[in-house]
Amino acid sequence: MTWVTSPLAALGALVLGLLAATGRVALFAASAVSHILRPPFYARAFLQQLVQIGWLSLPVVGLTALFTGGALALQIYAGGARFSAEEVVPSIVAIGMVRELGPVLGGLMVAARVASSIAAEIATMKVTEQIDALVTLSTQPMKYLTVPRILAATLAMPVLVGVGDAIGIMGGYLVGTTRLDFNPAAYLKNTTDFLEFWDVASGLVKGAVFGFIVALMGCYHGMTSGRGAEGVGAATKAAVVSASVLILAANYLLTEAFFAA
Amino acid sequence: MITFSDVHKSFGANHVLRGVDLHVARGTSMVIIGGSGTGKSVTLKCVLGLVTPDRGTITVDGQSGSRDAFLSRFGMLFQGAALFDSLPVWQNVAFRLLRTHTKADARAIALDKLRRVGLKPEVADLYPSDLSGGMQKRVGLARAIAADPEIIFFDEPTTGLDPIMAGVINDLIREIVSEMGATTITITHDMTSVRTIADHVAMLHAGRIQWTGPIDQLDHSGDAHVDQFIHGRATGPIEAVR
Repeated sequence: MTWVTSPLAALGALVLGLLAATGRVALFAASAVSHILRPPFYARAFLQQLVQIGWLSLPVVGLTALFTGGALALQIYAGGARFSAEEVVPSIVAIGMVRELGPVLGGLMVAARVASSIAAEIATMKVTEQIDALVTLSTQPMKYLTVPRILAATLAMPVLVGVGDAIGIMGGYLVGTTRLDFNPAAYLKNTTDFLEFWDVASGLVKGAVFGFIVALMGCYHGMTSGRGAEGVGAATKAAVVSASVLILAANYLLTEAFFAA
Repeated sequence: MITFSDVHKSFGANHVLRGVDLHVARGTSMVIIGGSGTGKSVTLKCVLGLVTPDRGTITVDGQSGSRDAFLSRFGMLFQGAALFDSLPVWQNVAFRLLRTHTKADARAIALDKLRRVGLKPEVADLYPSDLSGGMQKRVGLARAIAADPEIIFFDEPTTGLDPIMAGVINDLIREIVSEMGATTITITHDMTSVRTIADHVAMLHAGRIQWTGPIDQLDHSGDAHVDQFIHGRATGPIEAVR
């Protein structure tokens, strides 16, 4: 009977482990949110994180959006040509960028850059007893380390998505007007005519959610890291993987909530 | 002043503390000795609330009190100094003071404490990564005394330092403890530190206090464990392979 029960036991252990991890993350998130609302507030740490997470992520988000917008224009043109519908390139590029590709690819790039950096920094602080030192100096690590990062990422990400959307549309415009023979004025008119307020706003809301996820995963895995270099490495990897998967899962749920018929 | 009563702590199957009973009187310097992995650091962390004992009590002035009230009276020098990489030296030293003082006042106090531990004002604006191990320990010491705490803990203050720098740190700790009148607990297995810093010594072995007494009785303790430890003998009641 062992051959029957062993796989079931392994499956049960996996499910229990997953549920326990979900519970720990949920409690961590609830604690972080409750600390956001209660003083003391570390304004300087928040501004530093705004620069680190927001300003310094602009190049990677901008470049990603630029190339994605350009490639999207080429793909839609090639696909549209099968139905003699090449003129939809500007509108589909714009809608695709602001609704999906801007927030999702921006979120994934920020996850790679920021979740890894947050997890590695906090895990190193834990390994070198800096977090214990914070406690002995009457400072709550959750308030001093986690809150500024979560707040900064949640507020900076929509701005990054907005900038990424604009650059992505510009990438499509550059390819459309230089490679696909679109009239520049007609391209811009088609872009603006078909874009609605909610297309843009939904992408920005997604950006805020993804920013929260990125910082939460970075902080959680950093705070709960194991010992030594191996612990720091494992925390960094777990932060990036979990943030990326959660961004994609949250993106589906948000899209379902915003646009399902 | 600080009293441990039957303190137990286990990590899974590893029973680190198995009933620690110890009293540290006000204004005295207690040094806890013991081999690696005997729970010296865990003992300190239990007082600070960084580790919660499974059983037993730890009181300061007879009260278990809230952790925040406790911590405002403590200073601690960590084994690796535990300086904040992202802050310059003076902000590390003045970390607690920056909440209650103006920036200028906090910096002035930080410079004074740095001077007290033998560091020049030019060090104040450097970052921890710019400093040698010995200088980091001194900055850690300056941070521990910055708010003039009543109680100071020193975790392996000379580990990783050359003998001369270790001597400097030992002398500094002894001077500071004497002039501040603070109650201190130092954990170490460096016998030079013990003889320089201690008023009283306690030996932790197998999760309990094996022996405790004044420093001048250390060499005549009559305890085979203590004798083996202070003379660094490979044979005796303490197993070399643990």
